[in-house]
Amino acid sequence: MADPEIKSYEPHHESQSAAVTESRPVRLLLMAVAFAFLAIFLLLPLIIVFHEALAKGLSAYTEALSNPDTRSAIRLTLLVAAIAVPLNVVFGISAAWAIAKFEFKGKAFLTTLIDLPFSVSPVISGLVYVLLFGAQGLLGGWLKEHGIQILFAVPGIVLATVFVTFPFVARELIPLMQEQGNGDEEAALSLGANGWQTFWYVTLPNVKWGLLYGVLLCNARSMGEFGAVSVVSGHIRGLTNTMPLHVEILYNEYNAVGAFAVASLLAGLALVTLVLKTLLEMRYGAEIAATRGH
Amino acid sequence: MEVRVANVRKEFDRFPALHDVSLDIKSGELIALLGPSGSGKTTLLRLIAGLERPTRGKIFFGDEDASQRSIQERNVGFVFQHYALFRHMTVADNIGFGLKVRHGPSRPPAAEIRRRASELLDLVQLSGLERRYPAQLSGGQRQRVALARAMAIEPKVLLLDEPFGALDAQVRRELRRWLREIHDRTGHTTVFVTHDQEEALELADRVVVMSQGRIEQVGSADEIYDTPNSPFVYSFIGESSTLPVKVEDGQVWIADRPIGLSAPHAPSGEAMLYFRPHDVELLDGCSGCIAGTVAASRRVAGTRRVELEIGGERQRVEIELPVDHPAAQKSRVAFRPRRWKLFPTA
Repeated sequence: MADPEIKSYEPHHESQSAAVTESRPVRLLLMAVAFAFLAIFLLLPLIIVFHEALAKGLSAYTEALSNPDTRSAIRLTLLVAAIAVPLNVVFGISAAWAIAKFEFKGKAFLTTLIDLPFSVSPVISGLVYVLLFGAQGLLGGWLKEHGIQILFAVPGIVLATVFVTFPFVARELIPLMQEQGNGDEEAALSLGANGWQTFWYVTLPNVKWGLLYGVLLCNARSMGEFGAVSVVSGHIRGLTNTMPLHVEILYNEYNAVGAFAVASLLAGLALVTLVLKTLLEMRYGAEIAATRGH
Repeated sequence: MEVRVANVRKEFDRFPALHDVSLDIKSGELIALLGPSGSGKTTLLRLIAGLERPTRGKIFFGDEDASQRSIQERNVGFVFQHYALFRHMTVADNIGFGLKVRHGPSRPPAAEIRRRASELLDLVQLSGLERRYPAQLSGGQRQRVALARAMAIEPKVLLLDEPFGALDAQVRRELRRWLREIHDRTGHTTVFVTHDQEEALELADRVVVMSQGRIEQVGSADEIYDTPNSPFVYSFIGESSTLPVKVEDGQVWIADRPIGLSAPHAPSGEAMLYFRPHDVELLDGCSGCIAGTVAASRRVAGTRRVELEIGGERQRVEIELPVDHPAAQKSRVAFRPRRWKLFPTA
């Protein structure tokens, strides 16, 4: 009599074997926890940002964004990113090249040093610049004599941003270049290419997706950096306020629409970055070596 | 182009990889650097290419001292073990790369580069694959493209580092014959590195046997196999059996018995007797021969290998017997090597 019932026990073909699959309720519970966590801590704040920004209508939103101080904050943020990102592309490629392709003393030390900005609190990084370039700082006297303003001005903000975002490009490229080794470069040299041609035609194309990935993360961080920039900026309205700093000022002035309108731009940047990052990972995952937590 | 390596020494972090190596390579010759890993054969090849600089000594291309020249100036074609094809370029772009990066009037126009690439693809029997990417080719095809790319710059010397090392046995044999054909047709002076003695002996005009950073012997396949000049070459090339012996009055002795081999020029004293297991004469009686008891026997393809225990000291030695030889366990077999060599042990 058991025959008809036995049929319902046919194994269903899934990628995982039965032994490592949890029972259905447990799976559902785990997924529910993960989604609930994401919703409360990530999605909800994002919605609130846009909700608050548009709370008094679209015209209030656009008006808040056309405020001269806000405009100047946006301009400054774009300027800082436009300087910091290319600098870190150059530094990052040089550092990665040195570490991946040569053997030299102090290599391990250099590798550790590159990670320093990740392990130091951004506020400390900012303070270092104050101690260096401030009026009472190490170089303060000399700078003042020559009329060079670094602290509480754009150069200081750029320096702090470069410092904080330095590891992104380098850390992306080092494992990639190490994995690829010197073979392609040696081949190019043996075919008569000079150093520059080898870099341009061979090395760079080999790492371009990893590089783009690093640039994306570097850009997102340089536009969103708060701590280090806050210390060196001096918070001068319309002059040295970047977007994150401007959000804080507006918020402290109870200008919710203004604060959230600027915040919504930063959130939009984050979303675009996230989408591009996901696309890159999907398309060129194998060529982007580092999936280590950024 | 003749290549002369003169007293070259190479150290890596003070650790010597090559000791005082000298080698003359004739123009148009196909020469193999053969040795176990760590013997310095790849280092020697990279020194000739200019990928490494010698610690001491010089390398001449013709009469010109090339040691101070950069790899670009040396104009060598180098084929890497793992191909090192540029993965983001098509086959045609890979082959044309060496021409594209030239400067000034020596750089051919784009159409000419394309034409040359197609010509070379014909030569390596891959016509029509111009627009493929390296990832779309098999291992053997990639190696052919790598060779075509190296030949595109009209190199003075062609250098190949374990060219067939990453391929399976079938493709290897095919490519080996094919490389010989290409060499005979183009006449490039060619040096290749291998750890596969069959490959070296079959393919090369001359074989350079290397061990521990030194050249052990240079010669044709016949010379290397038939008259090895050191215990290393004897045991590294082909199969060999060894027996400790004593030389007295121009006769070879094992324990207290002469074994019927005379060595009038060998110095008296302890020595090691080397011979090929298959190159022995089987004897019935034994006055002046090597006799032993069969300790182990195994069938290897068309022959039978037996291990004999010789004399009171139970030295073991391997020889080859015809399959129908009645040598069973514990039976006695007597033989004398036909071709052999003595190397003093003291």
